[in-house]
Amino acid sequence: MSAAETIPPAVPQTVRKTALNAVHRRMGAKMVEFNGWDMPVEYPASIGCGIVSEHMAVRTGAGIFDVSHMGDIRLAGPGALAAVQHISMNDASRLAIGQAQYSALLYPQGTFVDDVIVHRLGEDEYLLVINAGTREKDFNWVRDNTRQFNCAVEHLSDDFTQIAIQGPKAVELLQKLTDADLSAVKFYWVTRGTLCGLKNTLMGRTGYTAEDGFEIYIPSDEATSERVWYAILDAGKELGAIPCGLGARNTLRLEGKLPLYGHEISDTINVWEAGLDRFCKMEKPDFIGRAALEKGKAEGVKKTLVGLEMIERGIARDDYKILDDGGSEIGYVTSGSPAPFLKKNIALAYVPPVYSEIGSTVKVEIRGQGVKAQVVPTPFYKRPKKS
Amino acid sequence: MPSPTDRQYTKEHEWITPDGTMGITDHAQEALGDIVFVELPKAGTELTKGKPIGTVESVKAVSDIYAPVSGTVTAANDALATAPEQVNKDAHAAWLIKIKVKDPSEMNALLSAADYDKFVSEEAGH
Repeated sequence: MSAAETIPPAVPQTVRKTALNAVHRRMGAKMVEFNGWDMPVEYPASIGCGIVSEHMAVRTGAGIFDVSHMGDIRLAGPGALAAVQHISMNDASRLAIGQAQYSALLYPQGTFVDDVIVHRLGEDEYLLVINAGTREKDFNWVRDNTRQFNCAVEHLSDDFTQIAIQGPKAVELLQKLTDADLSAVKFYWVTRGTLCGLKNTLMGRTGYTAEDGFEIYIPSDEATSERVWYAILDAGKELGAIPCGLGARNTLRLEGKLPLYGHEISDTINVWEAGLDRFCKMEKPDFIGRAALEKGKAEGVKKTLVGLEMIERGIARDDYKILDDGGSEIGYVTSGSPAPFLKKNIALAYVPPVYSEIGSTVKVEIRGQGVKAQVVPTPFYKRPKKS
Repeated sequence: MPSPTDRQYTKEHEWITPDGTMGITDHAQEALGDIVFVELPKAGTELTKGKPIGTVESVKAVSDIYAPVSGTVTAANDALATAPEQVNKDAHAAWLIKIKVKDPSEMNALLSAADYDKFVSEEAGH
């Protein structure tokens, strides 16, 4: 056993903590540094947790995540829609008040600043929920590229504790704590209501687990954050809900083929390569990255994101090489892991389009050996439709 | 919980009994989390002390296993291929391989249970 790989490194001085950091430590969570944040990777087996149990809880019941490391940018004013349209690839003009959409901020090259969820909160008010590791970069990008529009841009990341309640029983769980009618909220819509006594709390039917659920935004002071966290845990007890860390969050999103910044998307990968075409509205008014994407579309892509399932024994991991039958390097794994619900070893990988057909076989280089894998349809997991 | 005193330990978080049966420690399985994959050397494989001989993988992490002593593999616990979670359930019972130890004096250089537990608590304190 190599200690360096199993013992988390000492936490650097500059690491940031969410308002729930002390709670995670008190609960015995294994903590890791993630994008500059000290976050729980999994909770202990002694309280029924661990990545696999947490993953299964979300697929079959409910799981509760501290996702306060996510950032938030608010754009408000008469020019807010035009500003959002200019900096994001999806068509924000289609959003009704209270509706949200998956989108991305792009560089002029058509590559990714970040992927975001755009919420329309009011007539001229939008909230962008962004990734932890790109908070400052995103805020600067949004501020610098919206100066010509008549709207205020505010960085609200530190104002909110964000908690995700995810799984088929998530709505039932959260409904116990709020007067808002959650059943009336459609997927990718938001509502406001009193939650644990907190008036006008924003609750969005969104998530990063390929499961039903809500993400809630509450004040980020420690007392309120802890009170609500424990209220959710208590309300979830009889439903079998457990706290979940970033480990399960990663395996859940991987089964659902939800991209992770720095892996499936980055400043060197464009929209077409990442296969996010359906969230990129080329017919809407001009936006940053559009011209390059138009050119890129005409030229075609050199690499494309595929889903792989290991055929031979072995687990593909992030950054492992993809080889052809002759052993030549043709691509790389962006995310690879055992899939706890599907009970298969799966991966997302970039390969030349010629290898992307469903059923094609490639090899993943694992400790110097080519281990056979097959291109399979994605997402690997799709949640069952409610009857 | 103190480590069992009927065996010796390495700083790479492995245990080995006087008869050459080896595994990973309870501390190691806890640090790794849910173990999903174990790859072990076959019987007959020659081992050199300190060299990697296989891997243990959890959902999240890949970890090499090192030879605690030089010798020859006489058996591998093949049941772990289909039930790797046994290591999580009882790491000190779920052995990985049995080794015919080449030089018994190498065993003397390994850690006692008390020394290993002290090493783990010091490592955690960093």
